[in-house]
Amino acid sequence: MKHFSAARLLREAVRGQSGWTEHWRSPDRPAPAYDAVIVGAGGHGLATAYYLAKQHGITRVAVLEKGWLGGGNTGRNTTIIRSNYLMAESAALYDHAVKLWEGLSRELNYNVMFSPRGVMMLAHTVHDVQVAKRHVYANQLAGIDNDWLSPAQAQAYCPPLRLDAGMRYPVLGAALQRRGGTARHDAVAWGYARAASALGVDIVQNCEVTGIRRDASGAICGVDTTRGAVSARRVGVVAAGHTSVVMAQAGVRMPIESYPLQALVSEPVKPCFPCVVMSNTIHAYISQSDKGELVIGAGTDAYTSYSQQGGLHIATHTLDAICELFPQFRRMRMLRNWGGIVDVTPDRSPIIGKTPVPGLYVNCGWGTGGFKATPGSGHVFAHTMAHDAPHPINAPFALDRFRTGQLIDEAAAAAVAH
Amino acid sequence: MLLIPCPICGIRPEAEFTYAGEAHIARPAEPASLDDHAWGEFLYARTNPKGDHAERWRHTHGCGRFFNAVRNTHTDRFITSYLAGTARPHGTPSAASPDAPAMRNDTEQWGQA
Amino acid sequence: MSLRFSFDGRSYLGEPGDTLASALLANGVRLLGRSFKYHRPRGLLAAGSEEPNALVEVDRGYGARTPNLRATQVEVYDGLVARSQNRFPSLGFDLQAVNDLAAPLLSAGFYYKTFMAPRGAWAKLYEPLIRRAAGLGRAPDVADPDHYASRYAHCDVLVIGSGPAGLAAAVAASAGGARVILCDEQPRFGGSLLADRSARIDGLAAPDWVAAQVGVLASRPEVTLLTRTTAFGWYPDNMVGLAQRLTDHLPEPDPTLPRERLWQVRAKQVVIAAGAIERPLVFPGNDRPGVMLADAARTFAVRYNAAPGQRAVIATTSDTAYRAALDLQACGVEVALIADARLRADGPLPAAARAAGIRVETGMRVLATRGRRGIRVAIMGRIDLDGRVRNREWVRCSLLGMSGGWTPSLHLFSQSRGELRFDPASETFLPGASAAAERSAGSCRGVHGLDDALADGAMAGSAAAHDSGFDAALPAPCHVEGAAQAGWTSPVPARRKQRRAFVDFQNDVTSKDLLLATQEGFHSIEHVKRYTTTGMATDQGKTSNMNALSIVAAELGRPVPAVGLTTFRPPYTPVTFGTLAGYSRGVLFDPVRTTPVHGWAAAHKAVFEDVGLWKRARYFPRGDEDMHQAVARECRTVRSAVGLFDASTLGKIEIIGADAAEFMNRMYVNAWTKLAPGRCRYGLMLGENGFLMDDGVAGRLAPDRFHVTTTTGGAPRVLAQMEDYLQTEWPELQVWLTSVTEQWAVLAVQGPRARDVLAPLVDGMDIEAAAMPHMSVAVGSIVGVPMRLFRVSFTGELGFEVNVPAGHAQAVWEAVHARVEALGGCVYGTEAMHVLRAEKGYIIVGQESDGTATLGDLGLGWAIAKAKRDFVGKRSLDRADMTAVGRRQLVGLLTADPACVLDEGAQLTEAAAAPVGTRSLGHVTSSYGEATLGHSIALAMLADGRARLGETVYAQRPEGAMPVRVVDPVFLDPKGVRLNA
Repeated sequence: MKHFSAARLLREAVRGQSGWTEHWRSPDRPAPAYDAVIVGAGGHGLATAYYLAKQHGITRVAVLEKGWLGGGNTGRNTTIIRSNYLMAESAALYDHAVKLWEGLSRELNYNVMFSPRGVMMLAHTVHDVQVAKRHVYANQLAGIDNDWLSPAQAQAYCPPLRLDAGMRYPVLGAALQRRGGTARHDAVAWGYARAASALGVDIVQNCEVTGIRRDASGAICGVDTTRGAVSARRVGVVAAGHTSVVMAQAGVRMPIESYPLQALVSEPVKPCFPCVVMSNTIHAYISQSDKGELVIGAGTDAYTSYSQQGGLHIATHTLDAICELFPQFRRMRMLRNWGGIVDVTPDRSPIIGKTPVPGLYVNCGWGTGGFKATPGSGHVFAHTMAHDAPHPINAPFALDRFRTGQLIDEAAAAAVAH
Repeated sequence: MLLIPCPICGIRPEAEFTYAGEAHIARPAEPASLDDHAWGEFLYARTNPKGDHAERWRHTHGCGRFFNAVRNTHTDRFITSYLAGTARPHGTPSAASPDAPAMRNDTEQWGQA
Repeated sequence: MSLRFSFDGRSYLGEPGDTLASALLANGVRLLGRSFKYHRPRGLLAAGSEEPNALVEVDRGYGARTPNLRATQVEVYDGLVARSQNRFPSLGFDLQAVNDLAAPLLSAGFYYKTFMAPRGAWAKLYEPLIRRAAGLGRAPDVADPDHYASRYAHCDVLVIGSGPAGLAAAVAASAGGARVILCDEQPRFGGSLLADRSARIDGLAAPDWVAAQVGVLASRPEVTLLTRTTAFGWYPDNMVGLAQRLTDHLPEPDPTLPRERLWQVRAKQVVIAAGAIERPLVFPGNDRPGVMLADAARTFAVRYNAAPGQRAVIATTSDTAYRAALDLQACGVEVALIADARLRADGPLPAAARAAGIRVETGMRVLATRGRRGIRVAIMGRIDLDGRVRNREWVRCSLLGMSGGWTPSLHLFSQSRGELRFDPASETFLPGASAAAERSAGSCRGVHGLDDALADGAMAGSAAAHDSGFDAALPAPCHVEGAAQAGWTSPVPARRKQRRAFVDFQNDVTSKDLLLATQEGFHSIEHVKRYTTTGMATDQGKTSNMNALSIVAAELGRPVPAVGLTTFRPPYTPVTFGTLAGYSRGVLFDPVRTTPVHGWAAAHKAVFEDVGLWKRARYFPRGDEDMHQAVARECRTVRSAVGLFDASTLGKIEIIGADAAEFMNRMYVNAWTKLAPGRCRYGLMLGENGFLMDDGVAGRLAPDRFHVTTTTGGAPRVLAQMEDYLQTEWPELQVWLTSVTEQWAVLAVQGPRARDVLAPLVDGMDIEAAAMPHMSVAVGSIVGVPMRLFRVSFTGELGFEVNVPAGHAQAVWEAVHARVEALGGCVYGTEAMHVLRAEKGYIIVGQESDGTATLGDLGLGWAIAKAKRDFVGKRSLDRADMTAVGRRQLVGLLTADPACVLDEGAQLTEAAAAPVGTRSLGHVTSSYGEATLGHSIALAMLADGRARLGETVYAQRPEGAMPVRVVDPVFLDPKGVRLNA
């Protein structure tokens, strides 16, 4: 892997870009055997492969991808990064990720454009204020930055915010995580792919896993793919959106439902929006990309689906909310509207860990907010696969919690999505 | 916005309905007899197939009835719909689980408080 | 009549029917914009909605400023003010054009490879610079003064596009009486026919034939004609979104008119006649102003009478450009040369061009162009098989019309999930098998040539009408003369090695960028798109996607379909946010629910709060009281005399039937069988997961009738859960559920004098304690109005809740209020209600509990009827974690400083010092200042709280930790003396 730098850009500019080589190797088919197989080359899967190779010395790793790497939710999400979750377990997990985000470009030698521009969550009712302050205080105790802002302070941080008392839901305050922000989603997948590939990981695209093989003892012994069989004693399923489908191949029924999630962008305009703003009561969130597009998202469609196509009424409702908060954006125009498929768990927290099948691991259920966890998720999942035991950070996120009732119910506790 | 065939009212737009999850997961007759694993499965495990899915809807802003439907979750096409408490019609392909037994009809088991 | 308009401050004249593009062209203005990345000078590429370059800002001057509009779609009106964008200080002299010199440094994806050091520099240093450079127009900065409309429509046949195929389809489809909607994005129907100067259809010139057909359609009552209306997206079950522009073209629009309207059309059948978009050629300097699509040049000249140049070179790989050359010549443009990259060109159009005396060269391409801010010279030549250039020739010109063939518009077809089929002959994708009730007609499915398109459209329209249940005889075919008979020839690939040949004009993606992406291992077209940003500009690749795909496929040595096609996402062209939001703004954004005495409360200066959709009176300040003073007064008044509270928002459900008690037994944790009629019980409902879902008092009115109350926010959820179990799990139960939330208004009369307030009003009812003890219910009347009277208390005081029909609530309220005032009482709001109930240790679901709390946690385990074998949620209570040690339990807190009011949400810790990482023991759920007890109080959920009574823990505050004593959550009257008075 040749090092990326400004000096090299300059050198290549002079010599007609002829020295650039492929960011990752693209083997046509997987090798017959690996020490570990990752199903799904999204951000989480590629990060898992990278940390397996980098931190655990397991380099005989294949990442098998049905389509093109980074083509699922990694490439479709609105890239919000924050860690101001209420539950101590969640906050620890996401803050682990934020800390990795902060050094990720240098770690991967790939500019993932992590931009801690601040994530502001608006409170519109007395109940919102109570919930938001509970978050703020819980986070502060855990050492996670999150501040309560008065309406005026919120507007000072985000000048486009409207504080008109005549609004249907006036802004009563906001919780602000300054370390939160956004990153460039594609670059995350590409950066991990490049770094993992350089460490020997095979990333095989257009290679769908069609079966999960178990030996006489019931333990994992490999996978079947559209490009040949692969033997491996460790298989990690990181196939957001299709977790249930892949896990069914191993005979495991999951506590997961898959929902369409839509997002949209406006045409690009000059900088007009300095941070990320989320409103749970009004159901919308918005930021502005480096390119100048307003990036907007909302909740899921109402029914499970793999169609990647939601209803127009979901997009229009989202824009109702954005225009209500920011009426100056009514004349902006929607450029592109798309859908993804998100895995939703009963407690809206992810599942990261072992499964009832020896050698089979699963990392899923990130719902609408998995992008922000990408580095942390890959890091702890690699640990889990390498040691056949969870990292302390992901131990609470075991599949088994749905038996014991030890749920990590962010949604019920705080009614905050994303 | 989907068009949804309510078995009582006919085809109506999605806005009138509430989705209610996978169908034919009958509440166990004796919950106390289930171990934690089985109870957890009942509460949380779902087939979630990519393909034909037997699911529940309620025509909330119509007749108010819960009913079952088979929809292809890849195309979002409805294949059929039928009254709650009736078995999945024969001929509709089942994605994973076999048809659940019809509704129980025993009230005696309920303790009187 | 000429129209005066301005562009970048200069005034020009245009003609009715002009677009800003055609009017500027007619005025000799060729420089209309700057590109996104290199700020290269750009003119018009196209004449329609696919235009990537000429983006402008239109300013109506009253806060209605719109960025990024295509000059080709902006209709000129008298007084139009338009400006160019993304340039400084001016369009002619743009400092950022320096980027163009640095182009070798700014290759595809350069930003992924640098700006990484030092740590944090990206966000602080580089990103702000990049952001300032990026973006196109300026976002509006004041609230949009315009309004928008929205409408649903049903039709038998929706026809999208009104070119020859679409018009013919609409006429055929509507002949038998089908409801037909015809929409077109342009201001006039006719599509390509509006720029057809030679064809005669049924003896009429093309524009006249269009007018005749529109006349026929307008005369049919079931036909809806929508111009300026873009079908932008296809949604499940044949719902098509249309965006209609209503006022942007008017000089002084009536302010009552909506600016735009969203149509959501549910069509039984759809005919897509979306046409095709000409493909640019990829050669160095193909972005210079004056280089445009050949058919766009023709359209400007023929339809708008706007000469796109004086001397033209036409470069082509298809026959249609010959038609452009002929029409341009006929409009007075000197056509110096037609350079056809194909080795042969012998169809009827090339023959006609030669016959017209135009010089035609085959095997010739454009090698480069020259000219500052506009083309002056095209450098032409032939290329040997071994890549050497021969016959290099400089041709002076002010217009270079190019054509690389045509790309059918498949956007809507693809969104309808139809399969795309690759046609190698034309190197285009065409519609394959349909997935929805739609059919494509005309050039969007590769049927070109006027007579074929007319016939194809008529056939599609008649078939669509037939399939939606109408008789539809195929109309007689049109008689077409003089139409250009275009041969359809395969595009010639671009040269591999060339300098700065643009593929995506707006985003400045060159063929070199695409090659670099493949060199760097980006082999899927989705990867190439994302890495280079090709096809991601505001035109979404309408003119660039197929060229990019061909270049990548050629480079990888794979067939085009193997490289893939990027997904067509809605919208077809950008749609205004306001149009999508429609009427939903302000009070229409979310409905407002008010109680029957809302008006009274508003008149009495209530301050309201939002609770779900409800507006609830939070407190009633008197004089210049602040909230705390008003609430303290209201609380004291209730404790010392009496208060009146509007509890109408409580959810109410009537449960009726022989099995009503059995149903209650199953839904609630409590025992109901033995509850006597006339008595009430505090009911607790769990989810099947065992956590508290809702609470409320239920009164038994009769053996088969319960009046159940729920929390304000929980009412729909509770009723839905009840209906779910009743309908699907226990259909055998004889029970009927009715929501009566809106039917019963609820007046809570609470305080030591509550009985004295009501006694004279209740028409002789005995409401003494013996007849109506705490937790009882009786039916009667109050001031002559039917009433259900509950003796219940959410304050700890003697209390009643008067339920009366909502229509009579105001009258009863006023009568009760008069008594309350007379006895020294007052009205109180939700805030005082919260304080009063907290003093008594009553929880609020959603405040003390949060969806993770069990009844045990909340000290409510006593309510569970242990003898019941089952109820919803019971089994979950036995799971290991539900009874684990260390769960957070409800307690009261007393601050060491009795004046200190803790913040709700404050965290509790073992010690005063709480370094980062200190374990939280719990949090404050409710906290109120001194009201009636002489000190502040708080409720909290505290780990093992009940075992900690009497201990001191610490509440963390920004200003320092506050010691708090853990106490029982019931601060007032634990024995219930006041309650039972």
